[in-house]
Amino acid sequence: MKSELIKFLFFSTIILLIPFVIGDGYLLNVMVFVGIHTMLAVALNLLLGYAGQISLGHAGFFGMGAYLSAILTTTYGFNPWFVMPAAAVIVGTLAFIIGLPILKLKGHYLAMATLGLGIIFYITFNESVEMTGGPSGFSSIPNLKIGSFVFDSDLKNYYLIWLFTLIIVLLAVNLASSRIGRALRAVHDSEVAARVAGVNSRLLKVQIFAMSAVVSSIAGSLYAHTMTFISPASFGFNFSVELLTMVVIGGLASVYGSFLGAALLTLLPEFLRAAHDYDIIIYGALLVVMVMFMPGGLVRGIPDLYRKIILRKGAVDNA
Amino acid sequence: MSLGVFRRGIMLFDQILQYVLSGISTGAIYALIGIGFSIIYNATGIINFAQGEFVMLGGMFTLFFLETAKLPIWAAAPTAILASTVIGLLFERLAIRPLKHPTPINLVIITIGGSILIRGLSMLVWGKDTHSLPPFSGENPIHIYGATILPQHLWIICITAVIIVLNKFYFYHTISGKAMRACSYNRRAAGLVGIDVRRMVLFSFIISSGMGAVAGIIVAPLTMTAYDVGVMLGLKGFCAAILGGMSSGITTVVGGLILGVLESLGAGLISSGYKDAIAFIILLLILFVRPQGLFGKADSERV
Amino acid sequence: MLELDGVTQVFGGVRALEDVSFTIKQGDITGIIGPNGAGKTTLFNIVTGIYTQTSGRIMFNGKDVSGLPPERLARLGMVRTFQNIELFGNMTVLENVMVGLHTRSTSGLLACSLKMPWAVREEKNIRIAALKWLEFAGIADLADVVAGNLPFGKGRLLEIARALAVEPGIILMDEPAAGLNNQETIGLAALIRRIRDMGVTVVLVEHDMELVMDICDRIIVLNLGKKLAEGTAREIQENPEVISAYLGEDN
Repeated sequence: MKSELIKFLFFSTIILLIPFVIGDGYLLNVMVFVGIHTMLAVALNLLLGYAGQISLGHAGFFGMGAYLSAILTTTYGFNPWFVMPAAAVIVGTLAFIIGLPILKLKGHYLAMATLGLGIIFYITFNESVEMTGGPSGFSSIPNLKIGSFVFDSDLKNYYLIWLFTLIIVLLAVNLASSRIGRALRAVHDSEVAARVAGVNSRLLKVQIFAMSAVVSSIAGSLYAHTMTFISPASFGFNFSVELLTMVVIGGLASVYGSFLGAALLTLLPEFLRAAHDYDIIIYGALLVVMVMFMPGGLVRGIPDLYRKIILRKGAVDNA
Repeated sequence: MSLGVFRRGIMLFDQILQYVLSGISTGAIYALIGIGFSIIYNATGIINFAQGEFVMLGGMFTLFFLETAKLPIWAAAPTAILASTVIGLLFERLAIRPLKHPTPINLVIITIGGSILIRGLSMLVWGKDTHSLPPFSGENPIHIYGATILPQHLWIICITAVIIVLNKFYFYHTISGKAMRACSYNRRAAGLVGIDVRRMVLFSFIISSGMGAVAGIIVAPLTMTAYDVGVMLGLKGFCAAILGGMSSGITTVVGGLILGVLESLGAGLISSGYKDAIAFIILLLILFVRPQGLFGKADSERV
Repeated sequence: MLELDGVTQVFGGVRALEDVSFTIKQGDITGIIGPNGAGKTTLFNIVTGIYTQTSGRIMFNGKDVSGLPPERLARLGMVRTFQNIELFGNMTVLENVMVGLHTRSTSGLLACSLKMPWAVREEKNIRIAALKWLEFAGIADLADVVAGNLPFGKGRLLEIARALAVEPGIILMDEPAAGLNNQETIGLAALIRRIRDMGVTVVLVEHDMELVMDICDRIIVLNLGKKLAEGTAREIQENPEVISAYLGEDN
């Protein structure tokens, strides 16, 4: 367990030092998004990678958190620091209630059901124009602030977001190496054996589903206050697929893998600027390639590849 | 009774009839797509997320052959069906067959990835605009008891009916069709009696992509076609398949019709913005309450 | 301890089980045997909560457990192993057994995420207890091997160790000797005796007659979905109906 702590401290240190390395420019702004995406990917990975339950609608929970924060703070003037946890509780409860019937489904049926769920959320965001502003979006969302200190710059938002993300990463790492994490992996490997050993798989799946919804909601609230503008387009099926791709590429059942996937899929499009419209093709291609050749994700595939190449080289040298 | 109430009653009846009729025609499309899902599912156990994309390809390819290759409609459409079927074949060969660990998660991810790829490549080749196909036999509306339908609606219903009959004939009266049914009941036994199961898997993809393409072609004159129509159509077709209990027969047709009519009534009488949500709410409800479909039997197995 | 009363199971048009009743005594090793198709596996799945019977009752320690899901049964003290062994293939041998201790521990989502001291302590205790069960089953040396890589015989022992970690009152084994060679079967017999000596009641469905006659205190014979006979090994071996059921009637 000590090694987990060291890994986390190492990771945190790098994250905290990054702004000093890259300066206060466009890249820092992108890194803020990497933070939000990492939070979302870690949340989804707990459900998908550890528990083995597919969700194609997680963008919906992200959007719910964002819209709840946006509407309650801008239209009704509530304190954002109060709204954020309140929204998380609302979204979590909703997810728990929906989770009870939906997680009775398995495999493709679960995927389709969560896809449908996500689209229902999206349509709601799009159609409730009086509340959400509809397709044109919702603007003038206030920045978060503590007293007179306002989080209105990339640098300040970077540390704000990453503080939350690092906490989530730590919680996820703890959970993964605990009795609950073990139970999740057991349910994934053989649900029937897990149940025979006494694991209440149904309740566990719903709990994880709700927990990942809570984290997604918090990410949504933070997103709303950082961007000050949100629109339904960011919370649709395409984004759910993007999240899925991050988790799959980084590595299922690996918390740091989710960071890797999130970082890659957020940074890469910035370097392939012309490919903005074509990012969807790249996601599709990446998904297909990863599943076929590196089902464990980059976090396992790259060390494996390295070992294979080194071993092969060693064998040739010894011949 | 006052004449005003009577007249308003007739108008409401006309409206409802209108919604029901157009609902039947969209329902027929959902039925075709749903049968496509069921055929592949029954032969392989896989839900092909990319099914909706074959519908899109049908419409887009026809457009391409019509406008760029300047073929007449009666040549463009079959060529488009052929082209979509080839894509279906390639999809099975390149994405499905070589999969080393066909776990449900991997299959879901790879079929999603494949569908995105097909969608993205279509966007690359044909752009993002919506296009319309010319209707098969003109646009003069036909009047039935105060409701209006277009000739295209009749084409949809007729062609769907023909496809369903052909389908039934294939699966129940040809050797390869019976072989595919055998695979869906028990793959191992089918293999043991000499059926080439992998060939059946390929056939199921070919048939489903072909059917999807037909659906796309006959609906395109009504609803426009673009690179991204596949997602929604696919999901709604899946809903029809679930309602029908994943059968490739009449129950899925009924499922599709029910879905189409409910959606049409809901859009007309309640709200048109939430029209798509109606189909997905139905999908969720049926998955929660009766995942075996409206006509299936519940399993005694609880695990 | 375990009592079946008039259990009937109908699948479609097939009567897989017809009015099966018997009682398992506490502390016994009981074998359930019968020709293929007798309904042994169906009966097994019903008792262990995988299926629900069409009619009849299952009483465990005086409590009607018909229709309870496997995880509830585990908490009540009933566990089972599977004929084709169901292991957590991506986890180590030790972790597999640690899952068995799930019902003996209570740290929840929050406590585990926050790494509360009592959760950490409980985790340590789970690890120690799991190692003890591995030793009991004789596979402690394989603790860090990934379960999916185990040879079949060792996998069988692992599954039993995991089931024992639940600290059940009764363990039901579905064809535990299937796929084992002679030496492994002898080791299995010794293990089953040690389990009984600990005070755990054992029920096995089996085809391996030598094993059954060797270790079972009582044997129940099923044929064509009905209970054919019940008694000690000697009684069953001398029962003409049992003999003809296995050899088939001459028409």
